Amino acid sequence: MGACCALLAVAQLTVFAASSLRDAFQDLGRSFEQQHPGTSISFNFAGSQELRTQVEHGARADVFASADPRTLRALAGAGLALEAQVFARNEPVIVVPAGNPAGIHSLADLPRARRLVVGAPEVPIGEYTVRILEAASRRYGPAFGAAVESRVASRELNVRQVLAKVALGEADAAIVYRTDALASRGAVEVISIPPELNVVAEYPIAVLRGAPQAGLARAFVELVLSSAGQAVLARHGFQ
Amino acid sequence: MRSRAWDAAQLAAIGLLVSFLLLPVASLGLTLSWDELVTGLRHPLLLPAVRLSLTTSASSLTLVVVLGSLVAWWIARHAGRVSRLIESVTQLPAVIPPAVAGVGLLLAFGRRGLFGAFLERHGIAIPFTTPAVVLAETFVSAPFFIQAAIAAFRRVDENLIAVARTLGASPFRTFLRVAVPLSAPGLVAGAAMSWARSLGEFGATLLFAGNLTGRTQTLPLAVYTAMESDLRAARALALVMVAASFGLLLVLRRMSSEGRDA
Repeated sequence: MGACCALLAVAQLTVFAASSLRDAFQDLGRSFEQQHPGTSISFNFAGSQELRTQVEHGARADVFASADPRTLRALAGAGLALEAQVFARNEPVIVVPAGNPAGIHSLADLPRARRLVVGAPEVPIGEYTVRILEAASRRYGPAFGAAVESRVASRELNVRQVLAKVALGEADAAIVYRTDALASRGAVEVISIPPELNVVAEYPIAVLRGAPQAGLARAFVELVLSSAGQAVLARHGFQ
Repeated sequence: MRSRAWDAAQLAAIGLLVSFLLLPVASLGLTLSWDELVTGLRHPLLLPAVRLSLTTSASSLTLVVVLGSLVAWWIARHAGRVSRLIESVTQLPAVIPPAVAGVGLLLAFGRRGLFGAFLERHGIAIPFTTPAVVLAETFVSAPFFIQAAIAAFRRVDENLIAVARTLGASPFRTFLRVAVPLSAPGLVAGAAMSWARSLGEFGATLLFAGNLTGRTQTLPLAVYTAMESDLRAARALALVMVAASFGLLLVLRRMSSEGRDA
């Protein structure tokens, strides 16, 4: 009887994390569970904005990792999150379906796509895409911006949906994070964006105020920031 | 005593279920101040979404009613295995989750899809266009109309059909002038259910038609998009949908009660 209940009484750590962190955090979660026997970690992966809405409406979580500083600033401003630390950087890149049917080899070639799918401006990847295309329009002229805009077929609400449309061949090109492109293993080809036109996506992490497992939450954040944690993130394409 | 306990159980069930069903709808309205509603109604996503929802659901309704009536009439007039098989096929979309329907539509009509690859060679691209929204809505809403139409057509008195035919009316004229008017209340109720379903369509549209303001972003998708940034706007949009659906429900109730009186 005692043994059974000791086994059942595992500590449950809940981590809310941006969609683009899925693969890296699942790896980190496994090593965290090994380091803390009796702890079980459960992840909620979604668009950063969607996760923020869930926390604002009372979802119980211990740790929050966002794909942009804006989301965690808003949570801290509302008194829902403690101090945030940047733990990773990600680079937006262009992806095209394997075989590159539209013949796109650089950012300047984007108007060659017949159909583009981008992130909605409400989510971080969409906001970064807007900034990249604005910078590109300044460089390549307003006709570039107008041409790209006319090719946009859909504004998806998280980055994995954007990627899926390219992997299916439904979109000729899209802008996603380098890490997502790596995760799709061969279904897409990656084209880098010139650094002077690109943005750097910063990922902050914070313990949430009133976290049910505050101690474990701090331990998880420490793991993410540790050299071992950083190595896992680097393996998944984060900088 | 036993019957009183039975009454109490029914009353308790009514109280519980009715308040549970009403609470979310009431909360949408009650937690929104007038100013917030006005701001939400001016949200740039609202007008294009309303316009798109109305035009696409009207188009899909036309498709469903015209084609569905012919199919339902044939099924109602034929017994046997083929008829039952066709009836089952027309009911299939009602049991498929909409997200699955969306993936299926993409794999069928997408660029590399079974039929889409053929269309692509002839310069026709359907996914992520307004016609894709209409197809998604037609797919998910057709079963509701067809089911109601079959039931209504089966209630038409066989003798009246026979009389019309003896008096020299062609089968088409008999269908149009006898069967359709006699089945009108059932057909209208089915059409209203079908329309409500396509107005509320979300999953299949999001996956097959994408999310682009003015082209494929219908009202439910606009609510979902607004949730990402502005909960107030999402609630105002949601209220517009509730009002539209409630209006539809009232029309439906009135028509079905007229049908009963007739």
